[in-house]
Amino acid sequence: MNSTWPLWEIFIRSQHGLAHRHVGSLHAPDAAMAINNARDVYTRRNEGVSIWVMKSADITASSPDDKAALFDPANNKVYRHPTFFPMPEDVKGL
Amino acid sequence: MDDALHPYVLRLGDNALVLSQRLGEWCGKGPALEEDMALTNVALDLLGQARMWLSYAAELQGDGADEDSLAYHRNAPEFRNLLLVEQPNGSYADTLVRQFFFDAWHALALRELGRSSESRVAGIAQKAAKEVAYHLRRSSDLIVRLGDGTARSHEMMQAAVDNLWRFTGEMFETDAIDAAARAAGAGFDATSLRREWLAYVGEVLETGTLRMPPPEAWMQKGGKQGVHSEHLSRLLAEMQVLQRTHPGAKW
Repeated sequence: MNSTWPLWEIFIRSQHGLAHRHVGSLHAPDAAMAINNARDVYTRRNEGVSIWVMKSADITASSPDDKAALFDPANNKVYRHPTFFPMPEDVKGL
Repeated sequence: MDDALHPYVLRLGDNALVLSQRLGEWCGKGPALEEDMALTNVALDLLGQARMWLSYAAELQGDGADEDSLAYHRNAPEFRNLLLVEQPNGSYADTLVRQFFFDAWHALALRELGRSSESRVAGIAQKAAKEVAYHLRRSSDLIVRLGDGTARSHEMMQAAVDNLWRFTGEMFETDAIDAAARAAGAGFDATSLRREWLAYVGEVLETGTLRMPPPEAWMQKGGKQGVHSEHLSRLLAEMQVLQRTHPGAKW
């Protein structure tokens, strides 16, 4: 059965105010069933308040070969990282 | 013992327990990983409901009984579940149609029981109703998808509908136990429930291009009174073997 079902990527928002996070993938014949299946596979222990699904085939991914060109230049520029500011301890979610 | 309510609560608990055990038989064998987990979730929901009902039944019984003694140390004739829920899993079509017929009744029954003036019954029913609303949404969806799916899936679903139809009448049969529970503030009007059930089931079957058998067809009954098919004994043998062999065994 799974051989004809497309793969879906599942995103769950765990509580109000936080972004949806990728939690995994599953098979389903269409979006509505992907939501149902995601509910059963990924939210059984009260993990979420919202579910997004999208077809895995719709994702365009960067190529591992481009890793050096895409990511290395950021590493040696210390001024790009906001590490010089004191962080207020009471502010969550930063 | 509270004679008005005890046998009534026992019926509700036995329905949930027996169907949960049946669905558990699919664990690890579902047609797809996602379906396997979904069905097992339903089984676990029903098991939780069975525990609540049977714990209450044991309290009403009051002779030292508890949920476990009721689940593991009664024989088939002492079980009061509907014949529908003890029917074998068969194919996935049979399992889904059995689930759909039961869910549609269960959702309505719990809605009514949630309005009971008997507070324990109302509390358990309100809690269970949320879970069952999802069960019904899921089983209705699959009835439509597989009924209106391929020629083969349609044929299998229609055969399951025709085969299981004769076990649906019992859900709306009333006897002295139903009447007593209603007098105690915990029952519902089975006649109006039947009308609602037929309307809903008819609509879903039609959307799934499935033919609903005639409501006035001959119906099998007896489960609520303890007259069961041979299938229940085998189910209980598997479910009870450990506690019967090692009474009181714990993890």
